[in-house]
Amino acid sequence: MTPLVLLLAAAAGGAGAAARYVLDVWIGRLAGTRFPWGVFVINLTGSFLLGLVIGALPTAAAFVVGSGFLGGYTTFSTAMVDTIALWRDGERPASVFHAGGMLVLGVLAAAAGLVLGAAL
Amino acid sequence: MTPLRVLLVAAGGMLGTAARLGLTVTVPAGQVDWPVLTANVAGALLLGILTARMPAGDLRIFLGTGVLGAFTTYSALAVGSVTLWQSAPLLAAGYAAGSVLLGLAAAALGLRMGRPRPRDARNGAR
Repeated sequence: MTPLVLLLAAAAGGAGAAARYVLDVWIGRLAGTRFPWGVFVINLTGSFLLGLVIGALPTAAAFVVGSGFLGGYTTFSTAMVDTIALWRDGERPASVFHAGGMLVLGVLAAAAGLVLGAAL
Repeated sequence: MTPLRVLLVAAGGMLGTAARLGLTVTVPAGQVDWPVLTANVAGALLLGILTARMPAGDLRIFLGTGVLGAFTTYSALAVGSVTLWQSAPLLAAGYAAGSVLLGLAAAALGLRMGRPRPRDARNGAR
């Protein structure tokens, strides 16, 4: 990776993080539930799109959009802290679904993206 | 959500992404994506500490949602698990489930570490 590609990817990661923040607040208002649907939806769509991008784009572009933008768009740390918070609030089934459901659906979304991206 | 906060998240996200990409080019990735696993578990621990310790506000948005949000990533975990599945299904399942279990343990530990300690009783009595 050239320094320019790394720099572009970092900037794209900032844009991805901003997109996550705006979408998370927006989905949270729309859903109006204790369950954090925002990051859930963000991580599933981001996993699908990363699969798509890896299959469909050339290496440098896939790095900027995939590792950069989508890497910053999706997040792991918030998902983990929110899972613990749900568990501690007594929302045990929601907590298990938040961690386990996100993982299973995220992997399926990634697989679907990879298949579709390879076909493009 | 204010325009300032969106900018803070973007700036923090740029730093967090740069740090993650720094790991990607320095930590050797074997079959398992060690750089991503390292970033994810370390980031979950740090966000736990931050969440327990720091009051909600601009700085927490910058550090938590921006820096640590972008330092950690979910898409690479999901795609990495699928690509690993094609050559080593058992290892892929271990990587996916192990990431989440380690991440949850790290977040719980961070929340505990960050919790403000009750003031020492003797000091309070003085």
